[in-house]
Amino acid sequence: MKEEIIIAGFGGQGVLSMGKILAYAGLMHDLEVTWMPAYGPEQRGGTANVTVILSDSSISSPIVDSYDTAVILNQQSLDKFERKVKPGGTLLYDPYGIHHAPTRTDINIVPVEAMLKSVELKNAKTYNMILLGALLAKRPIVPVEAVIKGLRKTLPERHHHLIPLNEQAIEAGMKLVE
Amino acid sequence: MEEVKLMKGNEAIAHAAIRYGFDGYFGYPITPQSEVLETLEELMPWETTGMVVLQAESEVAAINMVYGGAASGKAVMTSSSSPGVSLKQEGISYLAGAELPALILNVMRGGPGLGTIQPSQADYFQATKGGGHGDYHLIVLSPATVQEMADFVGLGMDLAFKYRTPAMILADGIVGQMMEKVVLPPFRPRRTAEQIAEQCPWAATGKGNRKHRNVITSLEMDSARMEENNHRFQRTYEEIRKNEVRFKEYYTDDAEYIIVAFGTVARICLKAIEDARKQGIKVGLLRPITLWPFPTEALASLAGRVKGMLTVELNAGQMVEDVRLAVNGRIPVYHFGRMGGMIPNPGEVLDALRANFPEIK
Repeated sequence: MKEEIIIAGFGGQGVLSMGKILAYAGLMHDLEVTWMPAYGPEQRGGTANVTVILSDSSISSPIVDSYDTAVILNQQSLDKFERKVKPGGTLLYDPYGIHHAPTRTDINIVPVEAMLKSVELKNAKTYNMILLGALLAKRPIVPVEAVIKGLRKTLPERHHHLIPLNEQAIEAGMKLVE
Repeated sequence: MEEVKLMKGNEAIAHAAIRYGFDGYFGYPITPQSEVLETLEELMPWETTGMVVLQAESEVAAINMVYGGAASGKAVMTSSSSPGVSLKQEGISYLAGAELPALILNVMRGGPGLGTIQPSQADYFQATKGGGHGDYHLIVLSPATVQEMADFVGLGMDLAFKYRTPAMILADGIVGQMMEKVVLPPFRPRRTAEQIAEQCPWAATGKGNRKHRNVITSLEMDSARMEENNHRFQRTYEEIRKNEVRFKEYYTDDAEYIIVAFGTVARICLKAIEDARKQGIKVGLLRPITLWPFPTEALASLAGRVKGMLTVELNAGQMVEDVRLAVNGRIPVYHFGRMGGMIPNPGEVLDALRANFPEIK
């Protein structure tokens, strides 16, 4: 098993931390993991993306030509990465703020109304966890329990009381794409 | 067994330095390696091992603090990224001239000048050919994984002590910033004053019962003696060349073409080679681990049985010169590079191989 994932959006949407939680979940699930951020000015309001690779064998390159799964959170990233999803792969995107929806017919396109859902949950910061839930529903690469363990690892202890809220957000995300 | 952790290469460097028993880290923040200093500050080793962590007022101050620590036999290091490492060059030349062991980390970003904060390998010349003045070499280690970032801290400092010469970890911004699994080296206590005196009898540790004072300097006004110093440095470099060449070969046994690449780029090339092999293209990889001393003999021997070589680097063509020297005109050696923080993907590497060797179908 090998899953090459790109998560792309604006800086501040939780792109890098969503990737980080996924990477930690992979670690908890005994997989090989690489987490490769496009960092820098992107973190200051531009676009940000992270490549996460989870594999049951060793990973040569942390940089790849195309992706099994893409999670896309803005138009720029959709324009850039829609064509880089492997045929038969999965593209999840939040239609909020997307003017030109993806058009490919050889991949699984999954709209996820994560922005609206986070408003409904009255916590914008659950946004990336809703998307992660949707991703795991469509691509069950790691069990949700591994994600929760990953959260425990990535969140400083003073924030551990927020883990149930994140769990709810993951569940809400899973339900969105049922 | 040590726990498997997930962390950035820069973070692994900080953890490994504490665990090695470093006495001091002196640095000044710069992207893409600021996590080294940040992680050290967060881990607060001065509370546990007694290791000094100091944010200096500048890169120049930091390298001269390293000089001072090294002169007294301490295990000391500094880290920076390309423009900051340029600032350190005078101090690095002085370390080499005074035969002092120290560890320097350069997490390269694109240049010249302030350039970009994105990954690069454009400081190959600076690191391997002597970035400062005078006839000297650094031992230059090139990590490709977060694990090697952690491992090369100890290896680099051990080699520096062994040969009394500064060593450098020359990392690209990718391996500094990416997260991977890593098993950190075991904890070792810092050396005691007695152990330092025994390991470094040359160090300025106080005259004590010695008959003479240990003087640390790179200055020698007597030309004949200075030439003798230079001969001694060169003998050391010859020893290093003989004993410390490190490299890895992948798929070279039946290879008709060889890609030569270092650092993270070697991993991108390895993926390209895995893809190429599925198409029946017999291509292998040689990854130098020590950029100085360079695996000249290994490349020379490969040149006797392959049709051509391609170096892939995040620069305009630097290591390619050393590959050409090794091959000595026997086969064609080409270069493919991206610059300015751009990183090629495996497909581009394969395209470059085909473009340079049109006979490959």
